[in-house]
Amino acid sequence: MASYSTSEFKSGLKLMLDGDPCSIIENEFVKPGKGQAFNRVKLRNLKTGKVIERTFKSGDSLEGADVLDVTMQYIYSDGEFWHFMDPNTFDQKPAGADAVGDAKQWLKEEDMCEVTLYNGEPLSVSPPNFVELEIVQTDPGLKGDTAGTGGKPATLSTGAVVRVPLFVQEGEVIKVDTRTGEYVGRIKN
Amino acid sequence: MSDASWRPTTAHDALKARADLLRSVRAFFDARGVLEVSTPLLAAHAVSDEHIDAIEVPGHGWLQTSPEYHMKRLLAAGSGPIYQIARAFRDGEAGARHNPEFTLLEWYRPGFDLDALVDECLALLGPLCGAGAERRRFRELFASVTGLDPLTSAAAELAARAEQAGAPAGLSGPQAVDYLMALEVEPALDPALLTVVTDFPGWAAALAQTSEDRDGARVARRFEIYHRGLELANGYQELLDADEQARRFERDNEKRRAAGKRPMTADLYLLAAMRAGLPPCSGVALGLERLQMVLSGAGRIERVWPFPFGRA
Repeated sequence: MASYSTSEFKSGLKLMLDGDPCSIIENEFVKPGKGQAFNRVKLRNLKTGKVIERTFKSGDSLEGADVLDVTMQYIYSDGEFWHFMDPNTFDQKPAGADAVGDAKQWLKEEDMCEVTLYNGEPLSVSPPNFVELEIVQTDPGLKGDTAGTGGKPATLSTGAVVRVPLFVQEGEVIKVDTRTGEYVGRIKN
Repeated sequence: MSDASWRPTTAHDALKARADLLRSVRAFFDARGVLEVSTPLLAAHAVSDEHIDAIEVPGHGWLQTSPEYHMKRLLAAGSGPIYQIARAFRDGEAGARHNPEFTLLEWYRPGFDLDALVDECLALLGPLCGAGAERRRFRELFASVTGLDPLTSAAAELAARAEQAGAPAGLSGPQAVDYLMALEVEPALDPALLTVVTDFPGWAAALAQTSEDRDGARVARRFEIYHRGLELANGYQELLDADEQARRFERDNEKRRAAGKRPMTADLYLLAAMRAGLPPCSGVALGLERLQMVLSGAGRIERVWPFPFGRA
């Protein structure tokens, strides 16, 4: 893997720090008058999600991390692993619970997801921004209600629970924004 | 490329503010009989300073990191007091307060000692910034914020103090002082005042004379002016001794080699000019974008510089 000097640091660059792959969030160049320059860098540890702040002498370099974001199709879960397939090569990759994390409540078979690979293995999974899922359980709503009174909880086919307007019924398919977990609308069949 | 990236990063007000600022600077020096000059941006030699990297133009030499060498050649030839509003280029310096291409207001005053030049800087900056001034000696200022003496504390002690404040491990004493200066001392300065810091450590002399302070420590005849958390200006009582200058070129290059950097050929024109006789003088360089940032309250240089590196 190539190494990167501080002058090449920019947000999104993936680097190895203390043995873990990290992504640069912010890079600030600091230089006292005529003296040694430093780069104060904010990075996200891609394994733990933790944000780290580190200062480097300008000119120092770090090894690049073999991290790649690829679009893969979610195909199924065997209970222990969530399996993803590269639609071009049909190559399959199993992702463990750590990698899938909170994304698992949005995963519907055949949906396309962003999978971050580290040394070729799934490190994290981002669901599509919007998913369409069926409501498997919700209390009956009141007649005549329109949107906007705070709503009620609804359990979706993946197990996720979202708030929906009172008029939305069991068995309907709804669109959800996975970034906020909010109901967007009903999908008409 | 995103659709809007052709656009300047400045509002129209910032363009006008820059034009106004340039006009007031020229009026200030006109009124004082200081001559405006222009010197080359592209030349065979560039600065040897360990911490400043010039940008090479293959086949032509180097883009200048400041107009200092050429302006000193004018002084040695009897130009009298001169100023220049010059573009300068420094490799790798990019961030909220830095752009690899920027503008220096640099001027030289034959017959001025450092105090006289500080007074002139404050005469320019005081009315522009609407601020009063305070003068602090580097050593005392540094000690009051960090609790350590930058000149006499052990290198290991300074490095440990810097590490506590988030510095990488293994800094030398001067590097630790630089780190603490930038990240602890500068932010602790009174933002309402123009703070003039004098008597820098001897190792930070660059092209300044050195002398002994009242405690017998070697300090540089150098000052910096800070305002609202930004370093605005850096001035020297200029080194006149050509042999000492030649030794500093050598020492700079030793440091460059130790840091894995390419050594820079000594500028023989500058040395010859100094041998012919540089008049006793003081000189200062002031970052014009920095000054405009301070005047407009801009937090980032691209608010005052329309096409930052990367979009230029």
